[in-house]
Amino acid sequence: MNQVLYIFIPLIAALFMPFFFKKIRSIHTGWFVLIVPVVLVAFYTTYIPSIAAGESFIGTIQWIPSLGISFVSYLDGLSLLFSLLITGIGALVVLYSIFYLDRTKEQLHNFYIYLLMFMSAMLGVVQSDHMITLYLFWELTSVSSFLLIGYWYNRDQSRFGALKSMMITVAGGMLMLGGFVLLSIMGGTFSIRELIGQAPELATNDTFIMALILILLGAFTKSAQFPFYIWLPDAMEAPTPVSAYLHSATMVKAGIYLVARFTPIFASSEVWIWLVSGIGLLTLMWGSFFAVKQTDLKAILAFSTVSQLGLIMSLLGVGAIAYHVEGAEDTVFKYAAFAAIFHLINHATFKGSLFMIAGIVDHETGTRDIRKLGGLMSIMPISFTIALIGGFSMAGVPLFNGFLSKEMFLTAMLAVKEFELFEFSTWGVLFPIFAWIASIFTFVYSFYFVFKTFSGKLKSDQLPHKPHEAPIGMLISPAILAVLVIVIFFIPNLITDTFVKPAVTAIQPFLYNNPNEVDIHVAAWHGVNTELLMTIGIFVIGLLLYFTLAKWQKVYKVFPAKFSLNRLYDFVINVLFDSWMDSLSKSYMTGSNRRYLSYMFTAFAMLVIGTLFIKDAFVVSFESASPIHVYQIILIIALIIGTITTVFAKSRITSIVALGAVGYTVSLFFVIFNAPDLALTQLVIETISVALFLLAFYHLPKFQKAEERTRFKFGRAFVSIAVGVMVTLVALSSHSQKLIPSIADYYKDTVYSLAGGGNIVNVILVDYRGFDTLFEITVLAIAGMAIYGMIKLRMSKKGGKL
Amino acid sequence: MEIVMAFVCGFLFMAAMYLILSRSLLRIIIGTGLLSHGAHLLILTMGSFGGSAPPVLADGVTDYVDPLPQALILTAIVISFGVTAFFLVLAYRAYHELKTDDMTLMKGSEHDE
Repeated sequence: MNQVLYIFIPLIAALFMPFFFKKIRSIHTGWFVLIVPVVLVAFYTTYIPSIAAGESFIGTIQWIPSLGISFVSYLDGLSLLFSLLITGIGALVVLYSIFYLDRTKEQLHNFYIYLLMFMSAMLGVVQSDHMITLYLFWELTSVSSFLLIGYWYNRDQSRFGALKSMMITVAGGMLMLGGFVLLSIMGGTFSIRELIGQAPELATNDTFIMALILILLGAFTKSAQFPFYIWLPDAMEAPTPVSAYLHSATMVKAGIYLVARFTPIFASSEVWIWLVSGIGLLTLMWGSFFAVKQTDLKAILAFSTVSQLGLIMSLLGVGAIAYHVEGAEDTVFKYAAFAAIFHLINHATFKGSLFMIAGIVDHETGTRDIRKLGGLMSIMPISFTIALIGGFSMAGVPLFNGFLSKEMFLTAMLAVKEFELFEFSTWGVLFPIFAWIASIFTFVYSFYFVFKTFSGKLKSDQLPHKPHEAPIGMLISPAILAVLVIVIFFIPNLITDTFVKPAVTAIQPFLYNNPNEVDIHVAAWHGVNTELLMTIGIFVIGLLLYFTLAKWQKVYKVFPAKFSLNRLYDFVINVLFDSWMDSLSKSYMTGSNRRYLSYMFTAFAMLVIGTLFIKDAFVVSFESASPIHVYQIILIIALIIGTITTVFAKSRITSIVALGAVGYTVSLFFVIFNAPDLALTQLVIETISVALFLLAFYHLPKFQKAEERTRFKFGRAFVSIAVGVMVTLVALSSHSQKLIPSIADYYKDTVYSLAGGGNIVNVILVDYRGFDTLFEITVLAIAGMAIYGMIKLRMSKKGGKL
Repeated sequence: MEIVMAFVCGFLFMAAMYLILSRSLLRIIIGTGLLSHGAHLLILTMGSFGGSAPPVLADGVTDYVDPLPQALILTAIVISFGVTAFFLVLAYRAYHELKTDDMTLMKGSEHDE
């Protein structure tokens, strides 16, 4: 079976979920769903040995061959690691959701369809080698995430959060598509692998930086980096399994994946290194600082996710420095990418379990407000143990995997100041300082999360439910993750050899050809060095800050909510888009016919007159003009008088009669210009028209009969004069420059010999150009029918019948 | 003559535009009537007034005027008549249903406001 098809298995399975939900009511639909990720985990596990040995696998399904678009599944160290995370955590989350969501009260089929859709999309994102299909899956993750956040769609907050995340991630996705297209134009291919091969040539391109920034914007919006992180806390309105899956372990790491995947292409650029490491570090600081402010369990975790993603991002940025260092495999920069991937795995384990614990607390007590919680330690001992493991790992305490990756993080950050390019020797010293401060806050909020919830006094009067320990099924998934947290600490090198090294090979292909060449050995004990001292500092200051929390938490009140990024978002959406844009369009879309006509004709006249003069097309020639006779002048005067009367007549009846006079004058013109048929038709038609006008006039409702003279208005006069000038200019210059002779001679010569007629106009109408006449008849017929219909048929106002 | 007629056509268009931009529905339709007169005269003028005999075969005459613009105008007259007649009945019905012929009062539904 083609490797690509495995991406679509969840999507195909999703088709059957409504059937299971509707027909097999006695069994929770989740059990059927669970099969899918479990099978996929088993499948992807079989790849581990060969990929750890440095191989890669590729499968292709053509989609639009003529445009060179295909689904390509490329499995190397990086994409296999992500695929295993997606399916592995996916399986645990589905298991957890079986106990979290009620079989009878929830719309389970919706939930699992969205979830499976998301799983497919995510697998597609991490495996696609073709940038267009990567983008396709990327947007599918946005859409399915939108659906999942808005799962409880009758809550206002859910809809708001769903819309916000959609707006931000889709905006980023669009920009990313722009970057992809630029890259493909530069490199002539959509394949990422081929683009990596030609990275040095790409860097010399003019649009290289633009593509870089656009793709980074896509990655930053998805991975909730500063300042785009604002959607993530609002996405916490989703059911907790969704938060655990999408917003901690998988989707938010799509941006991380993208940065890691494109590092070989963009790492040569200074902009890339600065942006990725700088924004990452800023996000790390910002997220960890504001996490302590939150009172909602999930909001704390959301900010902590933001901050941890920033950590991984900054490590990837520093990892890109390795491209600029001679013999990087001997320097400490090689740690950065390694630490990034290692921390990614660790974060997925501990953050997944913490989210599940938050969900359990919510489920069993009915609230997630940390101010109402406390003292659950003795009631929920298992949950407490798991939360403790996750929290300590997040804080970076020894005996848990977070400690290992945090040590490596500090190592990498300390190395930055030794780098002598791109002004890092000046500013690089800030990196370890910021990293250290952020780590202190991370420590504080980890303790804040665990101990404010589980220790202290039980406030049973404030809790909606009587708290008790969660059912065992709900605890299985977080327990597995918590066990992993500890296992990884004790056997880190097994994990790194299997997963991290192949991934690092994919990120830094210029450094290593084979995972075995990555000679990093993770050890918990390095001896006494700077990192260890920094860690001890983190613990000491962190504990101090935690115990004095009540005193300094007021600091957050200094930051007014008015200037927050959320307010900015609300301003853009509500004021800028809704209100300002609305009033802008209302200001010109007044519904007034005259306005629209004025716009149209002004534009029309300006364009034509402007073009005439810009192109220097205005010519007047008197050569071919025919002589002027006195009776023509008299007719013209009559016409002008008639027209002026029509326009300025006080009463409508004068206007109509004057219009009739103009029509008869026109037919007299036809007489003197040798057009007898026209004169005849014009006379008859003018008579009928005037009769019709009089009919319409007669039926005016009474109260409107108070007639007023049309008021003179400057704007109206201006538009009319412009149109008149335009017509005159066009008439003059087109008369003065005839490019080709008339074909009239052909008609004159052949009217009798070919058509057997004497009246040339009539013969043209019915013989040479008979089709015109046919459809002119049709027009008359349609007008007649329409008039009949209008008068005879009407919807009666009451009955609505014809 | 053609030069003068160009100005006459421009004048007719100008007057027609002025009427079309007015408030009263009937005046707008009068404006379209003037507009079609202007357009017909414009077509005729652009065909040039060369030739001295009407385009009907007659013995010993070779100097016919251009017949093609006349055929075009004839078609245009009939079509503009059809459209004008329809417009007038439309206006007549509008009076009946809406009890007004003021264009400023005929503005979409209340939802648009």
